[in-house]
Amino acid sequence: MKQSIYEILENVEIAKNTMKMVLAGDTSDCTAPGQFVNIKLDGFFLRRPISVCDYNEETITIIYKVVGGGTEAMAEMTPGQELDVLIGLGNGYDITKVGDAPVLIGGGVGVPPMYGLAKSIRQANPEAKVQVILGFNAADEVFYAEEFKTLGCEVHIATADGSVGVKGFVTDVLKNLEYSYFCTCGPLPMFKAIEAIAKTSGQYSFEERMGCGFGACMGCSCKTKYGNKRICKDGPVLEREEIIW
Amino acid sequence: MVNTKINLCGIEIDNPIIPASGTYGFGYEFAEIYDINCLGTFSFKGTTLEPRFGNPTPRIAECPDGMINAVGLQNPGVDKVISQELPKLAEVFHKPVMANVSGFSIDEYVETVRRLENDPAANKQIGWFEINISCPNVHGGGMAFGTSAKAAEEVTRAVREVTKKPMFIKLSPNVTDITEIARACEAGGADGISLINTLLGMRIDLKTKKPVIANKMGGFSGHAILPVALRMVYQVYDAVSLPIIGMGGISTAEEVVEMMLAGATAVEVGAANLIDPFASKQIIDDLPRVCEKYGIKDLNEIIGGAH
Repeated sequence: MKQSIYEILENVEIAKNTMKMVLAGDTSDCTAPGQFVNIKLDGFFLRRPISVCDYNEETITIIYKVVGGGTEAMAEMTPGQELDVLIGLGNGYDITKVGDAPVLIGGGVGVPPMYGLAKSIRQANPEAKVQVILGFNAADEVFYAEEFKTLGCEVHIATADGSVGVKGFVTDVLKNLEYSYFCTCGPLPMFKAIEAIAKTSGQYSFEERMGCGFGACMGCSCKTKYGNKRICKDGPVLEREEIIW
Repeated sequence: MVNTKINLCGIEIDNPIIPASGTYGFGYEFAEIYDINCLGTFSFKGTTLEPRFGNPTPRIAECPDGMINAVGLQNPGVDKVISQELPKLAEVFHKPVMANVSGFSIDEYVETVRRLENDPAANKQIGWFEINISCPNVHGGGMAFGTSAKAAEEVTRAVREVTKKPMFIKLSPNVTDITEIARACEAGGADGISLINTLLGMRIDLKTKKPVIANKMGGFSGHAILPVALRMVYQVYDAVSLPIIGMGGISTAEEVVEMMLAGATAVEVGAANLIDPFASKQIIDDLPRVCEKYGIKDLNEIIGGAH
């Protein structure tokens, strides 16, 4: 974990109520895809935990949905403004377990961490066949389909209203795929649907209301088969085998 | 040079800054990012006789200038605290620590303190006990002891029997007259009073139209509660002749001075640690400069100065 000041390079709407923000600064504590940052905002007491979409040596990219006062304030920010951010939070995905044909399943704002994950898997194993399922409500919410294709992923889209891709849910795609492993991030109902039909081991990234984001307050604890875990510090990524549904 | 050293019930501490129980775990999350030996001491995560998972989530809600938590005393239980947490803490913290203890019956408080006393290593590590009779987030215990003067005195008297270490009783602000409870603790043999724990509060989600917190209510803390804490410390200072650890919303060195003027011998920093992990260290770094600015040469001289 590191606390540092980051400069906003970019903050643009990429889909309905969905913003992409690029932050410049010290990224040295980002160590795995699926980690998150925790952002201090003027006028709000608690920081905003947001998953990292992508990072390199100089920048961190986050994609966030405008859902309340905090993210509304973030959406108003402009390049050049600075943010106090805690980075390198959470465990992230373990890519050593994914095999040569993993499927990555993102639902809504669960899609962004799948991008960094796909990139890491492709970098570690350029031969890997990375299949991606992106789930949204409707066409105007879809983002990053082309970016995943550019990484060399096989991209499937599911929309609830059928306006793009398969009409239905990510599981309507998943049930027809062959895969070595799965990684997912998204809403709990989606997780439960995946859990019901998944054919392999996998990793789920959980969301919870957090106090600190770095393991001090016990605000986001959950029970697992391996004992109590803090979503922020021991997660947010948990393995399928340990989860108590 | 400003003297920030404070004598807290016979143990000298380098400065009066103490991270509050429940906001600092057992120290190691913070030890990863700075040397926590800069602290006066810290009050470790509230420990109970049995392991506790605590309440269902969501346990956290945001408030204007503060937050609500309903963690519900999640902790591994006193035996694991002794066998796992304290040895790990000993690697990163070399000063006496404050042991925060909670319970659901007088016997549980007594037994938890007894086990910490009887373990030679834990006994050596612990400088003070802080007996929490004010947790608002557990049912059938916790705050029930802190909202009745009679029960507060009984707990104090019972725990007094099993420890000779300095013992602070941590009080709830959710009472009509906090001085009555403080006096009862003094009568029961307390060495000091800690206050305030969180204020019982609530938030409601406009989308679901239900309470944000799964437990419905929780403890309100953060910067917003500072004036309430100052007022109660001021009142308790007049009511008892015991040292006070003042807490509630402290986020800056200026507010440490304010709390000491109200009557605190030392202060705890709580929610601020969660928002800014460096908060306690920053306050310690800022304190000498703030003292100089206000002409304070020795912090001991300002305790209760506002009276």
